[in-house]
Amino acid sequence: MKAGRLEPREKQSKLRSLFRRQIFIPIAALLVLVIFNLITNPSFFAVKLDYNSAGNPVFTGNLVTILDNASELAILAIGMTLVTAASGGQDISVGAAIAIAGSVTLRVLCGDNARPETLQAPIIVAFLVCCVASMLFGAFNGTLVAYFKIQPMVATLILYTAGRSIAAWINNNTLPNISEPSFGYAGNFIPGIPVPTPILIAIACMIVIALVLKFTTLGLYTQAVGINPNSSRLNGINPAFIKFITYVILGLCVAVAGFIKVSRFSTINYSVVAKDIEMDAILAVALGGNALSGGKFNMAASILGAYVIQFLTTTLYAFNVDSSALPAYKAVVVIILVVLSAPTFQQKLTRLKKKPKMAAAAKEGN
Amino acid sequence: MQEGAVLEMRGICKYFPGVRALQDVDFTLREGEIHALMGENGAGKSTLIKVLTGVYEKDNGEIFLKGREGAVNIRSPQDAQNVGISTVYQEITLCPNLTVAENMFIARTKSKGVNWGAMNRRAGEILRSLDIPAAPTQQLGSCSIAVQQMVAIARAVDMECKVLILDEPTSSLDEQEVQKLFKLMLDLKKKGVGIIFVTHFLEQVYEVCDRITVLRDGQLVGEYVIEDLPRVQLVSKMLGKDLDEMADIKKEHTGEVDMSESGVVLEAHQLASVAGIKPFDFQIRKGEVNGFTGLLGSGRSESVRALFGADRTTSGTIKIGGKTVKIHKPLDAMKHGVGYLPEDRKRDGIVGDLSVRDNIILAMQVMRGFFRPISRAKAEEYAQEYINLLEIKTASSDTPIKSLSGGNQQKCILARWLLTNPSYLILDEPTRGIDIGTKIEIQKLVLKLADEGKSVTFISSEIDEMLRTCSRLIVMRDRKIVGELKGEDLTQAKIMATIAGGESAS
Amino acid sequence: MKKILALLLVCAMLFALAACTQTNNTTSDTSNNTTNDTSNTDNADTNTDDTTEDATDDTTDDTTSGELIKVGIINNDPNESGYRTANDADMKRVFCEENGYDASFYYSLKNDEQIAAAQKFVQDEVDYLLISAAGTAGWDSVLMDAQNAGIQVILFDRTIDADPSLYVASVVSDMALEGETAVNWLDSQGLEEYNIIHIQGVMGSAAQVGRTGALDEKVAANDNWNLVTQQTAEWNAETAQQIVQSVIDSGKEFNVIYAENDDMAKGAVAALDKANISHGVDGDVIIMGFDCNKWALEELLAGRWNYDGQCNPFQASYIDEIIQGLENGQAPESQVIILEEKGFDATTITQEDVDNYGI
Repeated sequence: MKAGRLEPREKQSKLRSLFRRQIFIPIAALLVLVIFNLITNPSFFAVKLDYNSAGNPVFTGNLVTILDNASELAILAIGMTLVTAASGGQDISVGAAIAIAGSVTLRVLCGDNARPETLQAPIIVAFLVCCVASMLFGAFNGTLVAYFKIQPMVATLILYTAGRSIAAWINNNTLPNISEPSFGYAGNFIPGIPVPTPILIAIACMIVIALVLKFTTLGLYTQAVGINPNSSRLNGINPAFIKFITYVILGLCVAVAGFIKVSRFSTINYSVVAKDIEMDAILAVALGGNALSGGKFNMAASILGAYVIQFLTTTLYAFNVDSSALPAYKAVVVIILVVLSAPTFQQKLTRLKKKPKMAAAAKEGN
Repeated sequence: MQEGAVLEMRGICKYFPGVRALQDVDFTLREGEIHALMGENGAGKSTLIKVLTGVYEKDNGEIFLKGREGAVNIRSPQDAQNVGISTVYQEITLCPNLTVAENMFIARTKSKGVNWGAMNRRAGEILRSLDIPAAPTQQLGSCSIAVQQMVAIARAVDMECKVLILDEPTSSLDEQEVQKLFKLMLDLKKKGVGIIFVTHFLEQVYEVCDRITVLRDGQLVGEYVIEDLPRVQLVSKMLGKDLDEMADIKKEHTGEVDMSESGVVLEAHQLASVAGIKPFDFQIRKGEVNGFTGLLGSGRSESVRALFGADRTTSGTIKIGGKTVKIHKPLDAMKHGVGYLPEDRKRDGIVGDLSVRDNIILAMQVMRGFFRPISRAKAEEYAQEYINLLEIKTASSDTPIKSLSGGNQQKCILARWLLTNPSYLILDEPTRGIDIGTKIEIQKLVLKLADEGKSVTFISSEIDEMLRTCSRLIVMRDRKIVGELKGEDLTQAKIMATIAGGESAS
Repeated sequence: MKKILALLLVCAMLFALAACTQTNNTTSDTSNNTTNDTSNTDNADTNTDDTTEDATDDTTDDTTSGELIKVGIINNDPNESGYRTANDADMKRVFCEENGYDASFYYSLKNDEQIAAAQKFVQDEVDYLLISAAGTAGWDSVLMDAQNAGIQVILFDRTIDADPSLYVASVVSDMALEGETAVNWLDSQGLEEYNIIHIQGVMGSAAQVGRTGALDEKVAANDNWNLVTQQTAEWNAETAQQIVQSVIDSGKEFNVIYAENDDMAKGAVAALDKANISHGVDGDVIIMGFDCNKWALEELLAGRWNYDGQCNPFQASYIDEIIQGLENGQAPESQVIILEEKGFDATTITQEDVDNYGI
């Protein structure tokens, strides 16, 4: 409407549209962290090629550490974003589900013996079984949410409560320990490749989800269902099934993350593995500027959000922040980021910026 | 302030990104008058109302109220209420699970405690004095929409408002209920309340209003005393053009209906659904436009929902193109070339946060299937095609559909179904809450589709609209079909008689 | 509709709980062959049945000597840690029918639930109440009730804040002593300078407080003892790895890693391995852990770690001794029995130690 007369403002609006873009907040947060670290420690981002104790070349440095440690979170953020978009709620059982996934993997590899001399099954079989198990648990959550219409947080509370006990039960309450070095490849390094394997796996997951979003209509469907399930149904989409399937996809993400987790140390501790990771995963989605009430989502922003969280954690470690105060620091930063990305705040900001221009436009209009 | 005015708005301006929604608009409301605010969709009526009630902050201009020195500053709906401006919206914004009395007094008591007895007594008095058929202790949700509307008005009145805004209050009411509402409005008028009445129904304007203010494209066209402005002129002022096109649009329509045996596009036999309609038979032919009519709740929407598979069917069969097909869900119907524009645009039609483009391609995308997404370029092409074809007013195809005006939203939904190239299109109240210009465009479009050999079912609350488009009318009452009218029987009187039923149908 | 959903939810919760209880039962079956069915059924009884009738039966049993001794055991959830798993298995092994016990087990990580369970055991008139308390406060009234009912209370693993007259004995680990033993061992290594990465457990837990205290004191007292970093990894191997990684990435010098449990020591070692920093016997960095997990002792045996401090979970035989003494009218020699706890050095550890002390 009357676009012709508004043209002079369009040039500036390119810059402003960047501000309004959803991905702006996580990028800005990342930039602030980068600058802060560069000022206080110019060598923070130095990456060196060293050899590890097994004699393999490896990249080391803060940057590599951050990317490495954020892998599981980034993978979870993918699934969590879809779940959030479609069902307007979050799965709080992912931490417990990771314990289950890891436990299943070890159970398959170890058999009944907690400390096997040799692996009882090929690693790939263990991984596939772990995927199937996690997707089944995802399906359980999905069924409760999609077909029984239970609030996601309540539905996933069941597995959140019981998950770690189930994980312990799967391995008869023992703590399996695998000595076979090749099992550790997924969580550490593949000999000869200097990049930590979790980074590669995370990138692979991102490529897969990018392809899925490009070559299927998953993105459109999840958003449509999240925004208006009635309308979606009348346009031939099955909203319940779409919600269900997002939980199964999250289950798959959990399987990959769980597999990396147990591979890192070739063992598991049911009560602390992936502890509180569900909150970080939800936070990643929120940091990405996605509404936790569902609807539109931006996958890249969510994933970036996951790296911001890990970046923050590593920065705090690097600055040797008093351990008891660490969560408090994290909370402060999180509050700032979340407030910045809140729609009401953004509206206020744009309004503030716009006011003088509006007055000018009004004069021009007259 | 002018003599006798209760409200004066001067030089109101409001901008949205890329759009001047209001530009230098003046508006004056006098004591004890009903003032119609008219304009096409997107003309700025809703924006003006929202500025007045504090939902939007104005970018420029001043608002004066009787009995207050200087310009008042209204920053929130709460402010508006405090200075005596009350609003009743098209969608009921009360709480259906509270009682009538609770709804009337909610968020108004200053003290923490509630004296239930006194509250119910006072509510009863107000309801009686306004002749509203509801008990104070009744749950609001159990009242009809009209009564709920009236309760909302009663609530506003009791807050001693000087300015009452009624935003499309009649769009979900039937004729009788509208009359009751009008009586209430006239009572209030006598008490000196200034009423702003926003509506699309021309007849209603001429029935109750004293003055009309017309807006177009965010600008003031003028303020008129009702006697000085004949209908045709009003419409032309709203549209900004002369109204030759308002002449009988049916003339251009060839009206060719394929009467051959193979011409039956869809045939339903003894169809019934969980929504509670009685089993009915139905048939539509190629190139035919028919309509379902009846009062609200007569089952006209439920019937077409059953045809589309939107409600689960409990009995009956559907034949499409002569073959019996199973329609369990909307996708089944869509695959057989049936499209359905739902009655409640906001609830069932639009996907609010998605862009105009995604909304337009949605149905086509679903029909193509999960693994064959429409490329962005192609989607843009489709969207532009229909934005141009239906003259959808939007900043771009990326704009979220919810920020469009009602009529333009409806055009997007129409575009969605046209894009799927259906052989049979069901339009349930496509013109509700839409300005006259768009209404005529949609009616024309329906006839054009019929000329192209498609079949259309057209449902509307406005009988003259149906008369203009349909060649056959199915009349429903109490959830079953009570008559079918065509040819010479298609007159307003005859339809009314059939709807009413009984001996008057002679 | 909402009611149905609520019902479903309750069912689901019950299912989940069932899974949990089953966990415990299965555990006892597999991890300990000597456990018999009694403990399982008793376990179920205490959870579900109102056993007033049984109790009256048992009081009559009680009077005739040679019958089973009825004990109620309140413990933390065995899934909590490997330590707890071993502890629970040990209890189940000793308190079984073959040894003359009729034992009921209750598990919870929550103090109030434990107290409620204790109340129930008192009602059931058990002979002995064995408690590993989740929290230190709030036990007075229930212990008073037990005393009035003539029930002997023995604390194990953890002490509580209550009048010592309310219990006959407590069998506990001295965490501060564990820390002291470890720090003394480290001192005996005779390094010129100690640059220590200190990885703590969950802040405020008895193990953390005890193990941190000794080290803090030593560092404060000696100029050549420095803490490079002191942070909590909350018993988590991965967090420990991240902490050590960040020290390595920052290029600070260190030669000791003092981790307050084995998992965290393992995480720290993973970070060292990545950076090709040698550790263990003849290595650049001394690795210290706690708890004596079997795999950790094997690391010691292989010379990859240097020290592992024991946290003895095997209290059952001590308790058994006390009870047998009490049955024969002998009071325990001292009220507080501190478990013997060793520290293992990589240079002296043997395969036998691994088999005997590994948990």
